[in-house]
Amino acid sequence: MQAERHAIHIVRRGKVVEISDFAPTETLLDYLRLRERAIGTKEGCAEGDCGACTVALGRPGEGEGTEYRPVNACIHLLGMADGAEVITVEDMARDGELHPIQQSMVEHHASQCGFCTPGFVMALFALYHREAPDGLDRTQVNDAIAGNLCRCTGYKPIVAAALDACADPVFDGFGTDETIMALKEADKGKTLFVGDENRFFAAPVSIDELAALYVLHPDATLVAGATDVGLWITKQMRPIDRVIHLGRIREMTAIEDNPDSLVIGAAATYADAWDALSKLDPDIAEVLRRLGSPQVRAVGTVGGNIANGSPIGDTPPLLIALGAETMLRHGGDIRVLALEDFYLDYGKQDRQPGEFVESFRVEKPGPNTAFRAYKISKRFDQDISAVLAAFALDIHQGIIRSAKIAFGGMAGIPKRARYAEKALKDISLNDPSGWQPAIDALARDFAPMDDHRASAAYRSQVAGGLLKKALTEIAGEDTMATRLTGTREAADVGLT
Amino acid sequence: MSGSPETGTLDPQVNTTGELRSVRTSVRHDSAAKHVSGAALYVDDVGEPAGTLQIAIGASPAAKGPIVGLDLDAVRTAPGVVAVVTAADIPGHNEISPVGAGDDPLLADTKVLFHGQPVFIVAAETREAARRAALLATIRIGEAEPLLTVEAAEAADSLISPDFNIVRGDPGKALETAANRMSGNFPIGGQEHFYLEGQAALAIPQEDGDMFVLTSTQHPSEVQKVVAEVLGLPINAVVSEVRRMGGGFGGKESQACQWAGLAALAARVTGRPCKLRLDRDDDMVMTGKRHDMLARWQVGYDDDGMLEAADITFLAKCGFSTDLSNSVIDRTAFHTDNAYFVPHIAARTKRMRTNTVSNTAFRGFGGPQGMLAIEHVMDQVAHRLRIDPFDLRMRNLYGPDRDVTPYGMTVFDNIAPEVMEKTEALSGYRARRREIAEHNAENPFLRKGLAITPVKFGISFTATHLNQAGALVHVYTDGSVHLNHGGTEMGQGLFTKVAQVVADEFGIDLDKVKITATTTAKVPNTSPTAASSGTDLNAMAARIAAARIRERLTDFAAETYDSVAADIRFRDNQVFVGNRAVGFADLVRQAYMARISLSSTGFYRTPKIHWDREKGQGRPFFYFAYGASCSEVTIDTLTGELRVDRVDIVHDVGKSLNPAIDIGQIEGGFVQGMGWLTTEELVWDAGGRLRTHAPSTYKIPTSSDVPAEFNVHLHDGINREEAIYGSKAVGEPPLMLAISVHSAIFDAIAGLAPPVVAIPLDAPATPEAILRAVTAVREARP
Repeated sequence: MQAERHAIHIVRRGKVVEISDFAPTETLLDYLRLRERAIGTKEGCAEGDCGACTVALGRPGEGEGTEYRPVNACIHLLGMADGAEVITVEDMARDGELHPIQQSMVEHHASQCGFCTPGFVMALFALYHREAPDGLDRTQVNDAIAGNLCRCTGYKPIVAAALDACADPVFDGFGTDETIMALKEADKGKTLFVGDENRFFAAPVSIDELAALYVLHPDATLVAGATDVGLWITKQMRPIDRVIHLGRIREMTAIEDNPDSLVIGAAATYADAWDALSKLDPDIAEVLRRLGSPQVRAVGTVGGNIANGSPIGDTPPLLIALGAETMLRHGGDIRVLALEDFYLDYGKQDRQPGEFVESFRVEKPGPNTAFRAYKISKRFDQDISAVLAAFALDIHQGIIRSAKIAFGGMAGIPKRARYAEKALKDISLNDPSGWQPAIDALARDFAPMDDHRASAAYRSQVAGGLLKKALTEIAGEDTMATRLTGTREAADVGLT
Repeated sequence: MSGSPETGTLDPQVNTTGELRSVRTSVRHDSAAKHVSGAALYVDDVGEPAGTLQIAIGASPAAKGPIVGLDLDAVRTAPGVVAVVTAADIPGHNEISPVGAGDDPLLADTKVLFHGQPVFIVAAETREAARRAALLATIRIGEAEPLLTVEAAEAADSLISPDFNIVRGDPGKALETAANRMSGNFPIGGQEHFYLEGQAALAIPQEDGDMFVLTSTQHPSEVQKVVAEVLGLPINAVVSEVRRMGGGFGGKESQACQWAGLAALAARVTGRPCKLRLDRDDDMVMTGKRHDMLARWQVGYDDDGMLEAADITFLAKCGFSTDLSNSVIDRTAFHTDNAYFVPHIAARTKRMRTNTVSNTAFRGFGGPQGMLAIEHVMDQVAHRLRIDPFDLRMRNLYGPDRDVTPYGMTVFDNIAPEVMEKTEALSGYRARRREIAEHNAENPFLRKGLAITPVKFGISFTATHLNQAGALVHVYTDGSVHLNHGGTEMGQGLFTKVAQVVADEFGIDLDKVKITATTTAKVPNTSPTAASSGTDLNAMAARIAAARIRERLTDFAAETYDSVAADIRFRDNQVFVGNRAVGFADLVRQAYMARISLSSTGFYRTPKIHWDREKGQGRPFFYFAYGASCSEVTIDTLTGELRVDRVDIVHDVGKSLNPAIDIGQIEGGFVQGMGWLTTEELVWDAGGRLRTHAPSTYKIPTSSDVPAEFNVHLHDGINREEAIYGSKAVGEPPLMLAISVHSAIFDAIAGLAPPVVAIPLDAPATPEAILRAVTAVREARP
């Protein structure tokens, strides 16, 4: 491989900083706290769930300005920050004046113990910089801080502070032309390789380079957003010596929006893919809204959610119900696989050494397809699903012609409910008395397990309840009467 | 002036200057600007001395058994490792029980008693090196059958101490003769503190073998004592200091000691500064939580729902050691009446020793479980009798001629009825009750519920000796003031409130008062900042200290300016002597030149309280804090999902020292209590391993869980006891306002069941628990 760079470049306080001496698994948080001694950013959980370590990463946006995204520094690898402006809580005040977000937090008594506060400030900084032509409401602020836990305040003053500060026009000295200049200087646009053959952090800029590098190092760890791999490092202490980061490959972050289908690169983040995926159906938008947190969606990818094969990933059941295909690449070879066939068994996917998920393709639902999806978890926001259900019913004159149903959390893999699908065939939506055989059939499709999220009995009961709910809604019931969250009547495109 | 042995000539309710300028205003938390700019320092943020080592813990892989093999060779030879330390390296006592129970080792020695118990520590050059090395140990534990549940412990008669019961009348007989009778079992879950800053300590060796410990604790004196015990030093050889915690909630009362003790031990062994900051997962596995309990209840009542008898037995899961469990569970018994008069009542407690982490203090300190149990009984009785639960509760409240608690204390300050009525009015309870009935009649899937519950919470440590506090105040020659006291700051705003009191004692601006870290070197033998007592105790002690200096300045001014003390006022940074005004700093400088002492300690102890545990009688509490809340919820009967739609709270803080800080405590306490009763579920597996050991699996509320409509009103009143400026403690009581959420869920489910069917709703009411209850009552339908 033609490695052209052996150091990363980040923008800190307006200046480009070059870093070449870092381990492939060094986190951005450790860099900030241990090397820079920028101790304002806190470690609360080291797994990307509490948000105390939130920093803002700035990169050139689609327009002229800088786009700021909140990131959990605890599981963000330092190498991934290459080419970005890194803003921490210490950088916010200018000339002794607190940032409008900080000032509003102070005025609303929005901190008590103060340990989570830097993370909230940075999550809200990203919100402050997001365009909201119609203004913000409480639910949008809730979404923006869904990845930040506070144990003291009960959140109310934090939300009030955010609404207050974001009501004013953006005026804080961030995202200026100088920032763009510095970012251009930092973003070298060339393949990165830091380390040696035994231990490296690499970030190729083309799929061909990636494919070649991965054939050479099939035991390397592919990292897109590191929202899962980060925990292998911080919690499992796995020895990871070779890291290949996918985030710099433009071809793999691309989103192709065709008239009847979407093709999404495996390295496109949830935030990147948000608009395209949300347009497929309001329920997909709702699942994405509740998936992870803004910090997770800023860097996490649907491709990663597919590739890591978790039985509790939220996007695979959605995509399976919509009949998605995945493109796998090995060297120069490409294979296309129905997504449901990718999952062989718990922890086992149909993927060869050196092969990787390059992209996935999903058909847009047609006018005769009724789609519903539900995410069931102990807590609405930022929780892993106990059950995720996705239903795609092909309907003609009130009769179900065919059905595709996929569940997460019900088996060792994301899995279709083929017995239930069969039982739904030719069933009338107008006659609820005919639905029960399909609901009962789910017991033949799945034998879920007990764990700390839910018991097997609960999962089974909920699966049946969700099928009933989907049929009731598709038969015409207003979702205001069927759901506590994510009503379709009010489906606006939310925030990423 | 009232005058008492506790406060001398000071009137606790009235300011000597005649005017309060800082007190009663919503001044900001003293560290607010530092919090938002990342400038507030916690233990892990303070610059480490050169050569500081980092510690990781080697933990037990089993829940119970003898240690039959401990191979640490690979740990010792791992890169970066400087020392591996076991129980054999402890120079003093391997014992850290906060109550002298002798069952709390610093490091497991011959046996392990819970999964995750610390067995050894590694000190290494970096934290990563220490954590990697710790994983290389081989710890072999012999076979043994662990006791993991209260039922298993009960069968094995495994207790930390004898049962303790508070009984009045003859509940057994009264149950027999009552017109109606019900009974049931009510499981109540525990709760992880989830302070955002995990446990941390930095120990720095001093000359003469002394030790300095920077710690994140609510109880610096206990840390000091434990470190001395572990190192075999007299207490005066150890200093422990804490500027602030990133949350405590009771979890850093006794249970900060182990980590400080381990850091100090490693510092002693290596001769180098040592820091121990627990990883979040280790913190959740290795530190105790709110006690989960099983409440077995029986109740007898008349046809109007008046309770005649209640007999409730609590089986509390204490974990492997005594820790603070006895005091915690005593408080469960003290609060089983909540705000109700029950003529014949027994609150029985069994303290089960199990092979799980040792449960400990947590905001409410056992009180929440007692109150939740009696409120659950109220809900069951109301459902059985088809009486509106609010009416049933009102009937049973303490009132005239029914105002003595089961432990013989008169409820002298009872405002529960008016607080309840105010909540009913402000929430529009009656109209909403009708709207909800209409909603439920029309909705097959989504059902609403509504409930109002009261809070009456006793204020004081029930261990009477702890109700004391000290302070130290210095005035410097520029008029600036240095404030120190034994209380600790964990976010609750204690330091701010105490500073407000001191500023007003001197009649100076708040920013002239420097707030300083709590340290055992300035104020000795302090009590933990716990039991909601921080302000009551420390603000009074600090006020006494400041008043002593003010009195000296007053006498000096009277002499210097030929006046009398009665004509001298401290106000607006000035001292008014008759018609003459002297700057506060000027007077201080003159006093210094005249060799007047400008420093004073202050000491306060709570008057009037006494408690005879043997007899179960006394006045354990100085006063009660009251409140009430109304919650409306919607549940999904297909999935068990829950949304809390609206909450209205009326809460009693006496006359508030700082309304903004008090409201912050109320809102935060409510949401924390709501988490305990809804999404926060602790799950252990069959091997005794905690499966919910990180925020990915243990779910505290997020912002969207907070009700969209959340109204908090401070009750307008004054503390009838002589607490500082008529205020009341606010730390713990609001947590129990969240019980109305559980009762509202009960209400939503109760509508699905005929009166004869009891509602089996456990706590926490997770979606699964709600769906289980919905399914059970549907299947039980006649």
